Amino acid sequence: MKAWNTWERVLLALLVLVLVVFGISQPGFMSADALADSTFNFSEKGLLALAIALLIVCGEIDLSIAAILALSSLAMGYAMRAGFGPLGITAAALLTGMLAGAVNGVLVTRYKLPSIVVTIGTLSLYRGMALVALGDQSISGYPEVFSTAGNAYLGEVLGVRWLMIPIEFVFLCAFAIAVGLVLHRTVMGRRIYAIGANPVAARFSGIQADRYRLMLFVFSGLMAAVAALLLTGRIGSTRPNIAMGWELDAITMVILGGVAIEGGRGSMVGVMLAVLILGLFTFGLGMANVSGIVMSMIVGILLIVAMILPAIFRSKRKLAR
Amino acid sequence: MKNLLNIRREWLLLTIIVVIILAVGVRAPVFLTWRNGLDIANDSAILAILVMGQMLVLLTRGIDLSAASNLALTGMVCALLGKAFPGVSIVVLIAVALAVGALLGSLNGWLITGFGLPPIVVTLGTLSAYRGAIFVASKGAWISDQDIHDAIKGLPREVWLGLPALVWFAFVVVALTAVFLKLRREGREIYALGGNPHAATYVGISVPSRLRLVYTLSGMLAGLAGLLWVGRYSIAYTELAAGYELTVVAACVIGGVSIGGGVGTVLGAVLGVIFIGVVNGALPVIQVSPFWQQAIAGAVILISVTVNARSERRAGRQILERQGVVA
Repeated sequence: MKAWNTWERVLLALLVLVLVVFGISQPGFMSADALADSTFNFSEKGLLALAIALLIVCGEIDLSIAAILALSSLAMGYAMRAGFGPLGITAAALLTGMLAGAVNGVLVTRYKLPSIVVTIGTLSLYRGMALVALGDQSISGYPEVFSTAGNAYLGEVLGVRWLMIPIEFVFLCAFAIAVGLVLHRTVMGRRIYAIGANPVAARFSGIQADRYRLMLFVFSGLMAAVAALLLTGRIGSTRPNIAMGWELDAITMVILGGVAIEGGRGSMVGVMLAVLILGLFTFGLGMANVSGIVMSMIVGILLIVAMILPAIFRSKRKLAR
Repeated sequence: MKNLLNIRREWLLLTIIVVIILAVGVRAPVFLTWRNGLDIANDSAILAILVMGQMLVLLTRGIDLSAASNLALTGMVCALLGKAFPGVSIVVLIAVALAVGALLGSLNGWLITGFGLPPIVVTLGTLSAYRGAIFVASKGAWISDQDIHDAIKGLPREVWLGLPALVWFAFVVVALTAVFLKLRREGREIYALGGNPHAATYVGISVPSRLRLVYTLSGMLAGLAGLLWVGRYSIAYTELAAGYELTVVAACVIGGVSIGGGVGTVLGAVLGVIFIGVVNGALPVIQVSPFWQQAIAGAVILISVTVNARSERRAGRQILERQGVVA
């Protein structure tokens, strides 16, 4: 599966377009400060998008990912109240995330249930558990190190003044590169495509499809937990409605990135470009004082247009033949 | 356990609902009163209307995630219309609600069939787009109690033959859906194409036109639900019913409508709605925090699909055995 294709070129052009349009219309948009700041808006969502992209390529989906994020954030709060240090809090979040992902994976693989139904169920269940545990309360007062991870720049930590890259964005890039290499350069990645393209054929060619599915659901829980660590650190508190509805934003990123919803097609380069486009686009609209709900409307329309254009090209090509 | 799975799942669900009602009734007799029953029916009526539309879509292997946004947008349009023209009659408002909802729904259907796009992606897009359109239409303002047209507010409070109007609306919609699916040719074709789209095409069913029909109907019912919602809670704002689409899908799944298409009955779906209504009504009565609602709904979805999958697998094995004997 090629990582660099026509759609990725279109996305790159779109990214340049976004930069040029906002660079001209919004003074201050093209400054290093603003661009670095903008990454705070999409780094956590980008992490979720990476995991969802893998799942969709494999022919599955995880709608519960933002609810797992909430549950992991809750685990952080409880670990802190139980007197654990930063390491224990981190471990609690990661374990909770992976466990919640494993529950999804087991239900999908053991009982052969469609992942969309399972994760609609666990979405309600996990979010509901967070609501039951916290009600209208919140947990705050996390150790300094989380706030640093969520808010600080790499340069500040390393003592290099000019290195203005937010730590969150470093996390996103590191995971994106790792996931991209696995998907595009390893046998494992090829098998994920194979399972998504034709699960029966993949099974008959000796790929342990269920093991891969389970693994990807656990990975999705892990990414949700990493995003929970960063987001909880950035905003400094755990609330039951943390990251509410983010699963739809992450799926939008993935689909705009050219991953086919029916599985078997898509690239990490495309997904990351889509993350950047949507992130910078909404940041630019924010600078132009466009309200959040209108932004999401524009993103929704963009999503449909992004799906229609290739469909039109396809049918044109068919007519030409 | 084996026998338990053998009986039809509608009866199983009905039994569970009755058990819950009796168990709660023993602890709090007020739960068994006619008044409380009416309250629950009133609360469930709008959900029932939405579920009928969603069921049609699910039967075709699709999904309509934009239903709640459609509801809110149509509700806002009706509220604005009522505010701008105080003389407008309720018949006109209902017609407008049905028309606007159907228009928004048909846009989904047109995008799905016209470009061969997956329903989940299209309705995910229109979910955001319609939601944003509410903000644009209302300029972000709330339309509160005093600005809602009296006819809109009055409609859900009307009582006909001892039953609230909302319940009558739900009855009519459910009855029409049942007739449509059981007796109309288009209804039977929806089951056929959900069961096997390719086979449906070969026997001459026009799949795209049936798909456009179900998305239009789903939108139309969402529009009607929007008018009723705005009337019942006498408020219209951008975030109205946000996230409710998942409750609608949940009710369908609990009622045994398969996401995989072709499987599901009106009776089952209605029982799914009643189940959610009864659980939500029971929690405050037995003094459990309403925060439990969501977690319980989630657990019930998971349990019911797991039970479903088991019974389906059993049926599959039986067919295999019979084939073995023939060979």
